[in-house]
Amino acid sequence: MAAAANPTKRLSKLLSSQSLFRRFSSTPEAQPTEKSLNLCSAVNQALHIALESDPKSYVFGEDVGFGGVFRCTVGLADRFGKARVFNTPLCEQGIVGFGIGLAAMGNRAIAEIQFADYIFPAFDQIVNEAAKFRYRSGNQFNCGGLTIRAPYGAVGHGGHYHSQSPEAFFCHVPGIKVVIPRSPYQAKGLLLSCIRDPNPVVFFEPKWLYRLAVEEVPEHDYMLPLSEAEVIREGSDLTMVGWGAQLAIMQEACRDAEKEGISCELIDLKTLLPWDKEMVEASVKKTGRLLISHEAPVTGGFGAEISASIVERCFSRLEAPVARVCGLDTPFPLVFEPFYMPTKNKILDAIRSTVNY
Amino acid sequence: MAMSWNSRRVIGAVKRVTPQWKSIVARKQGDLLPTLRLFPFPFIGDGSDGVFPRRFQSTEAEKMLELSADRSLEFPGGKVTFVSSMNFLAEASAERVHCYRTLDESGQPLMSSKFLEVSEEVAVRMYTAMVTLSQMDSIFYEAQRQGRISFYVTSIGEEAINIASAAALTDDDLIVPQYREPGVLLWRGFSLQEFANQCFSNKADYGKGRQMPVHYGSNKLNYFTVASTIASQLPHAVGAAYSLKMDKRDACVVTYFGDGGSSEGDFHAALNFAAVMDAPVIFICRNNGWAISTPTSDQFRSDGVVVRGQAYGVRSIRVDGNDALAVYSAVQSAREMAISEQRPILIEALTYRAGHHTTSDDSTKYRPADEIQLWRTSGDPVTRFRKWIECNGWWNNAAENELRSNTRQQILNAIQVAEKVEKPPVADLFTDVYDVPPPNLQEQERLLRETILRHPADYPENVPF
Ligand SMILES: Cc1ncc(C[n+]2csc(CCOP(=O)(O)OP(=O)(O)O)c2C)c(N)n1
Ligand SMILES: [Mg+2]
Repeated sequence: MAAAANPTKRLSKLLSSQSLFRRFSSTPEAQPTEKSLNLCSAVNQALHIALESDPKSYVFGEDVGFGGVFRCTVGLADRFGKARVFNTPLCEQGIVGFGIGLAAMGNRAIAEIQFADYIFPAFDQIVNEAAKFRYRSGNQFNCGGLTIRAPYGAVGHGGHYHSQSPEAFFCHVPGIKVVIPRSPYQAKGLLLSCIRDPNPVVFFEPKWLYRLAVEEVPEHDYMLPLSEAEVIREGSDLTMVGWGAQLAIMQEACRDAEKEGISCELIDLKTLLPWDKEMVEASVKKTGRLLISHEAPVTGGFGAEISASIVERCFSRLEAPVARVCGLDTPFPLVFEPFYMPTKNKILDAIRSTVNY
Repeated sequence: MAMSWNSRRVIGAVKRVTPQWKSIVARKQGDLLPTLRLFPFPFIGDGSDGVFPRRFQSTEAEKMLELSADRSLEFPGGKVTFVSSMNFLAEASAERVHCYRTLDESGQPLMSSKFLEVSEEVAVRMYTAMVTLSQMDSIFYEAQRQGRISFYVTSIGEEAINIASAAALTDDDLIVPQYREPGVLLWRGFSLQEFANQCFSNKADYGKGRQMPVHYGSNKLNYFTVASTIASQLPHAVGAAYSLKMDKRDACVVTYFGDGGSSEGDFHAALNFAAVMDAPVIFICRNNGWAISTPTSDQFRSDGVVVRGQAYGVRSIRVDGNDALAVYSAVQSAREMAISEQRPILIEALTYRAGHHTTSDDSTKYRPADEIQLWRTSGDPVTRFRKWIECNGWWNNAAENELRSNTRQQILNAIQVAEKVEKPPVADLFTDVYDVPPPNLQEQERLLRETILRHPADYPENVPF
């Protein structure tokens, strides 16, 4: 085998040299002020705006007071005070349960779970409480002001408990929304939408991109629509669907495929629940082929849902089986991370075999 | 519910209720009355005889009952005495729970201090292990800074809890650790090479390179494998202890956690289960003041963790965690009680996380440098124990210098060896997910191997194919 490729370096190069995210973003017409921001700062800016624009909004979670272990909440406690931005005890079920109660009283509760890997103690509060709060009361009560932020995904050295992508668990829960941004511009606009959406939302932040992804982000308050996917690269031979950090890898594969004369259309789903089936359907009807890629294990991943739905809707138009390039069906392994991951070349291989089916 | 109602005397207490209360109760009476019908007993559950609207209804009959009844209620759990005064339990006692200590900062035994005998041999071994642990920490920490390992967690400042608790146990006692207790493994004979192998994720790591550094585990040494998840180990400890109990083993389970961990639901579940199941388990809380950047004042408002024990019916003690002799004595006594009486014990050891949380953390961002400095100097548990053994004539400078240079060399050697050993093979990615790999994993392994052959440059060459 050749020398070990350093995936962080590779991604970093990709992001900076080709200004991938700038090209991704559907930047609105000339904004007065824009600044180069990384994803972490974009989240931070969104939180500043959320707290500033609504006095009934709160930001809390483990270590949030000093700025959070990823520094996403830096400066908030100083500016808005400890009553609105605070550390919680180390208890995820408590964080989400508290957030539900706060939201049910008409507030915007912006809860941070330190890592998506640690969201599971709060699973009951999310699945049985937040998701059913409106339905079970006949809409007398709701906790729509609740937004749960959690950094998710691989970083190169996170092992079992600092790497997971648990989005599919939450996509099985009617009553909550699941949103994942791909870039700083998207992160800010989508997070503000989530915070202001009248439904509880789980917002997974691709922590690999916190510092790596940099793009121009307007300083003002703006929102990006939920449940609307976006074609971030147009193509005619194959539709590719992804979200979050994986899109950067998929974009790279699209470029390499193009050199071989294969034209890929890349869609950022952005909101996984409820998701924009129509856009994916329209694209697959055009290309006749579909590839889905995510970091989470392939079995029972959200790719399975997309695949099933598209087969239902586009069966007669499909020219090849739907391809899934995903994480393996193992726990997330430290030393084997490069083997576990849905790499560019795995995607490229799948693109070729789908197109040549 | 089996409950006998012995007393209506409480009803007479109405006469002594203050006028303000009367009016509040009277106003609320209308609201409360319908609810009362739900209760099978004329008693609202919390034992305080203050708010009880029905007592206002028929004073004559109640007066008669008052004369004939005694002053207690047989309630599940035992007799509950009635009192006429409405006393809320205070949120805290006037004085904080005392902390058991045997040695002062200069290593001198406190006046009339009581501790278990420690022989010269054991004391020297303990000290040696404490020094080894702290040297391992500083060298491995440096190795992480140099990029040779991906991550590290030190136990600096908590050497006494690590080593003295281990020394007080037998190897039959099962350890269910958090992540800041590698000293227990060290005491039990986990070699420096074994520590290094895990941190370098090489093929000699028992965890097959799958977990981050410091996630040690040893079946041979009765030490469950560390997980990063906070407090999730605590209920496991209780289940394991119940097994020891059922098997009538002369052993207990010892589980460790931090001040932060005491906030998780699993902590509360574990304490309650342990009490209800009469499980021989010792909970050792390392209250080191910090959970990453969160000070204990943001973690809890109770008097630390020790007071939680009583709430769950668990015998508890607070101990100076930087006093190795006190930790040793408390843990050994706890073990004796846990096994002979088949009961859980909670130990809160007061200490300080003298290092950063992990190599991903810079604690000077959130705590004063002089606080760290103080604990690293006058608070240091290793120095304190050294002074004690020196006073006993069991240790001197020559021994100290020899120990430090020897262990340093051994640790550096262990690192050099570990670094050169190759990583676990690709096959290890797919084993142990289940007892045997199911068809989906067999297929994924086959496909992965084809991919590796097609794109060898994507894969690290130190992982054997
Ligand atoms: C369930 C869970 N939530 C959050 C975390 C992130 N985290 C890792 S260590 C830590 C603080 C633990 O503090 P404490 O229990 O006091 O142990 P100490 O590190 O002080 O030894 C946190 C919040 C985690 N590992 N697991
Ligand atoms: Mg702590």
